Amino acid sequence: MKLLKRYRFFLITVLIIVVMTIINKSLGMKALGVVEYSLKEMILVIPPVFVLLGLLDIWVPREIMMKYMGEGSGLKGIILAIILGSAAAGPLYGAFPVAGVFMKKGVKFSNVLIFIGAWSTTKIPMFLFEMSALGTPFALTRLLVDIPGIILIAYTLCMLISKDEMNDIYRKAELME
Amino acid sequence: MNTYSMYFFTIILIGISFKKDKIKTKKALKKAWKAFSNILPEFLGVIMLVGILLAVLDPNLISNLLGEESGWIGVIISACVGGITLIPGFVAFPTAAMLIKNGAGYMQIGAFISALMMVGVVTMPVEIKYFGKRLTILRNIFAFLFSFIVAYVIGKVVGGI
Repeated sequence: MKLLKRYRFFLITVLIIVVMTIINKSLGMKALGVVEYSLKEMILVIPPVFVLLGLLDIWVPREIMMKYMGEGSGLKGIILAIILGSAAAGPLYGAFPVAGVFMKKGVKFSNVLIFIGAWSTTKIPMFLFEMSALGTPFALTRLLVDIPGIILIAYTLCMLISKDEMNDIYRKAELME
Repeated sequence: MNTYSMYFFTIILIGISFKKDKIKTKKALKKAWKAFSNILPEFLGVIMLVGILLAVLDPNLISNLLGEESGWIGVIISACVGGITLIPGFVAFPTAAMLIKNGAGYMQIGAFISALMMVGVVTMPVEIKYFGKRLTILRNIFAFLFSFIVAYVIGKVVGGI
């Protein structure tokens, strides 16, 4: 029963695709084609992300993470968050588990959010690809607007949530293992 | 870092870790598996949802919405399409380049790319699991609004409006 509840969202989407396929076979097949593609992407990217996370969790002591990215890490923490996010491969949903471990290790909340922002939009491999597809002015302008934007969004979000809410989020990360 | 170098890097780290401490390495791998199985239901759901959305919103429809020089209305539509879809970069960039060749504005494409990367309506279930509902919604709203700033600047700089 618990398993059923955990997979509820997934089962609903399976049901939608089944209904879609019954109504319009080609539409359903198309959806499944995209699913197949995304699954492959997930299988390629996700395992190393989680293994790296496990290693990080075991080998890097909380004190070190706190020193470099925790409260009082200042500009160093911000820059590190941007670099770590930008160097990562994989879709945005891969960033959230990493953020979870960061919170467990005592990384400052604004830096966690900056990391998420960097992962979503200033990724280095993507940047090179964007440059070749859309031209240097496009990619460069976007990068230059994005970096202050990411920091601004992170700090605004920090201002908008209460201390209690933040503690709640950290506590949840702690429980997640 | 591309996927293969990431695998390479990960395997080397596992090797070093194993040489230093077998028990700790086992613990790390166990943790990795636990974290993965914890989020797997959401991952699977998101992947299915992406399939459904991309099947319904076919490229023709997307190109019609973004392809017209429709000013801010076009920007809003582009940002919405970008926000709800989840297209990998190596598909999105060439598509965007093609749309520009076919007469789409830089502003619209800027909004599309920016929202595509920063806003994740489909991935919200994963985000909520880590950050809670309120923060997830707030982050996505800000990212959405920010896409308009990106669109405006790109329109000015690249499009030379």
